[in-house]
Amino acid sequence: MSKVSELLNQDKSTLIGYFPAGYPTIDESVEACLEMIKGGVEILELGIPYSDPIMDGPVIQKATEVARANGFRLRDSFEVIRRLREQTEVPILVMSYWNPILRIGLREFAEELKTAGANGLITPDLIPDEAKDWIEISEELGLDRVFLIAPSSSDVRIKRNAEASRGFVYTVSTMGITGERGELDALARDTVARLREVSNTPTAVGVGISTGTQVREVNEYANAAIVGTAFIRAYAEGGLTGLIEKTQELAKGLQLQSD
Amino acid sequence: MSKTRIGDQVGPYFGEYGGRFVPEPLIAALDQLDQVYSKARHDPEFLKELDMLHREYTGRPSVLTEATKFAAAVGDCRVFLKREDLNHTGSHKINNVMGQALLTKRMGKKRIIAETGAGQHGVASATAAAYFGLECVVYMGEVDTERQALNVARMRLLGAEVVAVRTGTRTLKDAINEAMRDWVANVDTTHYLLGTVAGPHPFPTMVRDFHSIIGKESKQQMLEATGRLPDAVIACVGGGSNAIGIFHEFFDDDVKLIGYEAAGDGIDTPMHSATISKGTPGVLHGARSYMLQDEDGQTSDSHSISAGLDYPGVGPEHAWLKDLGRAEYRGITDKQAMDAMALLSKTEGIIPAIETAHALAGIEQLAKEMPGANILVNLSGRGDKDMETAARYFELTGVNRTVGDE
Ligand SMILES: Cc1ncc(COP(=O)(O)O)c(C=O)c1O
Repeated sequence: MSKVSELLNQDKSTLIGYFPAGYPTIDESVEACLEMIKGGVEILELGIPYSDPIMDGPVIQKATEVARANGFRLRDSFEVIRRLREQTEVPILVMSYWNPILRIGLREFAEELKTAGANGLITPDLIPDEAKDWIEISEELGLDRVFLIAPSSSDVRIKRNAEASRGFVYTVSTMGITGERGELDALARDTVARLREVSNTPTAVGVGISTGTQVREVNEYANAAIVGTAFIRAYAEGGLTGLIEKTQELAKGLQLQSD
Repeated sequence: MSKTRIGDQVGPYFGEYGGRFVPEPLIAALDQLDQVYSKARHDPEFLKELDMLHREYTGRPSVLTEATKFAAAVGDCRVFLKREDLNHTGSHKINNVMGQALLTKRMGKKRIIAETGAGQHGVASATAAAYFGLECVVYMGEVDTERQALNVARMRLLGAEVVAVRTGTRTLKDAINEAMRDWVANVDTTHYLLGTVAGPHPFPTMVRDFHSIIGKESKQQMLEATGRLPDAVIACVGGGSNAIGIFHEFFDDDVKLIGYEAAGDGIDTPMHSATISKGTPGVLHGARSYMLQDEDGQTSDSHSISAGLDYPGVGPEHAWLKDLGRAEYRGITDKQAMDAMALLSKTEGIIPAIETAHALAGIEQLAKEMPGANILVNLSGRGDKDMETAARYFELTGVNRTVGDE
């Protein structure tokens, strides 16, 4: 049974926090993730820096470029996971584009991931249609696999992607790449409603969420809210203090549920 | 040979290559494109409309020119140039653009986006947008906006918005990333008019089909000119569209097919774009194919004097052809290409694009391997856009001499 889906099926609001491994350095990324967890992040989405991140906006692109410029190598991801795992029980899902995983070799990557203590993978550019091997290996190793659904997905695809997922299915809130949005449109709510018609798989909504209010709104209809860019911007502008403050603000959205 | 024809292969997969490695938000648009194109492909109305555009707008069929003086200068062979440089806008790119623009209309979309390296695909897209009344945004790496400045001005005059991309290596690869990001955000209203045979299905199949007219015409023209099929068909390979376009009709014939990649400073230096010759299989820009990457799966920087070949990926069908042994891929250095550009200019009065010059540069060696061969070359584009690079390379700025009073 997936620890992530168990957590998300509880009757409570949840905040999932994205942060890139190795940003700005390996040590500092471990430190930052632990602060996010201390402040209320209950599932960590650990991003792997990649040269061609087509789902990501300028803030995440820049952060991952910094990590790579500071010498981050793919296998450092496992080191970051190990060090986090020594200090926290919180589920860790790795977010990686597909090519780095293929390059190491899917089985080897998955086994190392598990050994290091991660719970699974979020794959932004892998759809279930292309994921036969990954589905087999993740079943065998008991790793979570998070596919995406989007406002543009057909009902058939929503059902298929949700059922192919393990842990949760990632609802992309809006048509666009990662970054902050002033207002979350109705698209996310509609997409989750369509999901609920066809599947019980828990879902977390991400892309564009940057305030405590949005975290609360999303938790009204979904199992969790995913925040990435807002954490990175806060860290880039205000260091660890900025990150801690932002985490506190976002975590308020968890308490103020249905006021 | 088995009964299945290589030429009948369609996507999503070419052997173990191809597929759709893109974020879910784009899948609906790819499905729609696939459906609309699958229908259009066999729709007499669509084919008639495209044929009319080819004849009355693009200027097809393009002629075949025998380059006797160039051939004499390089060795024992006959060289035939398929003159895609004479198409409207100056390259083969317009063949694909007109097809996709018609599909854009069929899908009811009003905006197109395109990536461009050399600027030829951007110019062709801007041209089609003007002709069909579509809004057009072209993404171009900042480095390329500088080395292909003439084409930036052409696109803008045609009414397109040109966006310089400053991320990554600031070349074609990053222009594609940016176009994909735009497409994710605007997929309801926008068609991504991808300019080569790379990318997710159905692009590799569709773009190939739109360019296959190059091979169909030239096969006929070769039969008329020489009474037989050519011994070798050659083309330069960036993403691979002009090469697939001329190869496709010959896939199941006894004809040697050779693609020439940019070897930059040299194929054994780190400064090249020889994706098939030196790359490894991986996923880039939505498809599995050969690519240039490091041991972490990070895309490596490519290098070439030619903006249109300066790309670390290649279309999946080429990866398949290479593994099958049906086509061969070789590297040509910047210097070899520039020398060939100069040679064709001086011997035949035809200034080729630097991309195209990579294919021309391969002929000398090929003539040694196949003495007396008839070689068909895809002359994929003209060199006007490259005058700044050529002027710098050959030190041609200024005049030879001056007469008269000051
Ligand atoms: C004249 C010309 N030939 C060739 C190319 C390379 O593209 P492809 O390999 O897709 O034909 C370009 C690309 O810009 C071009 O402008």
